[in-house]
Amino acid sequence: MEKFTRLTGVAVPLMQPNIDTDAITPGRFLTMTMAAGKASFGASLFADWRFDSNDEPKPDFVLNDPAYDGAAILVAGDNFGCGSSREHAVWGLAAYGIRCVIAPSFGEIFYNNCFVNGLLPVSFAGEQVQAIADQLSAGTGGRSMTIDLEAQKITRPDGSELAFEIDAARREALLEGLDAIGMTLKLADEIAAFQAEDRERRPWIYL
Amino acid sequence: MSAPQSLFEKIWSSHVIHDYGGGYALLHIDRDIMHDLIGEFVFKPLDEERRTMPHPELAFATMDHGIETTPGRGDETRIPGGEVGVRALRRKSKEHGVTLFDIGDVRQGIVHVVTPENGIALPGSTLVCCDSHTCTVGGVGALTWGIGASEFQHVLATQTLVMEKPRTMRVTFSGAVPEGVTPKDMILYVIGHVGAKAGNGFAIEYAGEAVRALPVEGRLTLCNMSIEMAARYGTVAADDVTFEYLHGREFAPKDALWDRAVEHWRTLPSDDGAQFDREVAIDAGAITPQVTWGTSPAHVAGIGERVPDPASAPDADVRASWVRALEYTGLTPGDALEGTAIDAAFIGSCTNSRLSDLRRAARVVKGGKVASSLRRAWVVPGSGQVKRDAEAEGLDRIFLDAGFEWREPGCSLCVSLGGDRFEPRERVLSTTNRNFENRQGPGARTHLASPETVAASALKGAIADSRKLGH
Repeated sequence: MEKFTRLTGVAVPLMQPNIDTDAITPGRFLTMTMAAGKASFGASLFADWRFDSNDEPKPDFVLNDPAYDGAAILVAGDNFGCGSSREHAVWGLAAYGIRCVIAPSFGEIFYNNCFVNGLLPVSFAGEQVQAIADQLSAGTGGRSMTIDLEAQKITRPDGSELAFEIDAARREALLEGLDAIGMTLKLADEIAAFQAEDRERRPWIYL
Repeated sequence: MSAPQSLFEKIWSSHVIHDYGGGYALLHIDRDIMHDLIGEFVFKPLDEERRTMPHPELAFATMDHGIETTPGRGDETRIPGGEVGVRALRRKSKEHGVTLFDIGDVRQGIVHVVTPENGIALPGSTLVCCDSHTCTVGGVGALTWGIGASEFQHVLATQTLVMEKPRTMRVTFSGAVPEGVTPKDMILYVIGHVGAKAGNGFAIEYAGEAVRALPVEGRLTLCNMSIEMAARYGTVAADDVTFEYLHGREFAPKDALWDRAVEHWRTLPSDDGAQFDREVAIDAGAITPQVTWGTSPAHVAGIGERVPDPASAPDADVRASWVRALEYTGLTPGDALEGTAIDAAFIGSCTNSRLSDLRRAARVVKGGKVASSLRRAWVVPGSGQVKRDAEAEGLDRIFLDAGFEWREPGCSLCVSLGGDRFEPRERVLSTTNRNFENRQGPGARTHLASPETVAASALKGAIADSRKLGH
């Protein structure tokens, strides 16, 4: 798994609530790039918001604003990544260059999908996220932010710092780039013991 | 005596292999289910990393997401690359010894239709699939949830998954629903009541008289849309209705093992006095047929109501989302929902494509004609078995005679994967679960409703209340 330690980059605000994974990676792209692999999903990120029916960039969509070129951080509204479980949404963000999403809350499946792809989801209260978005939109302090996973804090565009909470095991897995399957396989004996006992208790499960 | 436990707590605790602390546990996964859209993405890295699958007998696969639903279909899809997924899933299932319900197999169909139908999902079991609507299958009293492709590889390689324990919510429907109100209306009503993110971090149990009164298929519909209020899990405790439904199905236990299983399953419902982190009380008698007007399943109202005015929204964020939604759906505050002209109708999806759904829709359609103003009216049965059963009853003739297309099983127009799609600004009445912007095609305007409402509206050419058609 890809590591995440510290990131400094341009942050882009996209504050509407309930941005679903269909919006992040529309359905029609789920098969189109299957053969081309995960890296190809950057082109379809927010496709219906980014491009018109002639595939021309829509000037009023924030990712098409040159001020946010090369964005690496997305600052988003509540319940970001709700809906479909498609991991393609995370692949799309990562392929576009987004390594961190800041939002008041996340769709749970999306949240888990982030970690396994080395993308860091960070939660703050709604007012705090809105305040960051407001700083970015105003642009007076620049549009760069720093996300420090080791120190568990972010540096906002105005230079002020803000600490964030994250589960310790998830943090460690990202910092070290741990292989989740490999970690679990170390518990092979425990798994085998569970199954042996469970097979007695619920034999109909084991086909 | 131990403290009273919820259904969720019982299933969760009986699957914990290792407790990491902090609310995280390694859970045993009893069933893992794949579909054509994801086979390539889960098996390729697994093979590249030279991982083996210790329990292929607990894995199942079906073709549903990207395949065509046109009669006479083969592997080829109009979706660029769709057939790559179809062939990869077939090849890899064979290599790894996974049971596949392939195109042409009567068991093939929408994943959340075929797992209960074939007795794969069982009460008290854990089941995962790379699809957020896996919560559907909790309707048989199981704990079932959607995961991403990487987590699915973890399941294939270990038969386990690291999960954070959710909080619990019980939604209790007291009383009985009025005549003409369906499970789809019940769940849309709840989502409208609590909002699109109320279930975030929760496992939901649906309970109460109105839920007990539902057949298993209705319970599946109810659980299906748990994810539309951001809950990964939806469950209904198994009872005699569930046991009768599962008995004799291909992968359900048989004979003495069946009796033993039922005995165990009877211990699983939430104990009296079980505590939930949140309780939601719903008066079933107050529910009417529901139709969405916006771009979230929470943007919903009774069919006799009017499109709401953003000025009356509870706060600025909601107001902004309503304004945006109405701009997308092309509706005006104050418009009556009933009577709004539609361009297309779709009956299908993991929400509403089972035999009981088709029967109820057919009852409305029988003897009528699809309005000439409709550009498309489709019925897509959820599985080969549903299709066969429906045809044995003559339901296909009812739909075909009325002017509907009767198609092969699959996810179809619930999600526009590029093959089939509705056109920009087409207004679609759909039995599906997501009315998100662009979900059924760029610019397509989706209204979610029950099979009865979609059927009645297709005949009328406008949003219509099936209760007024005299059926």
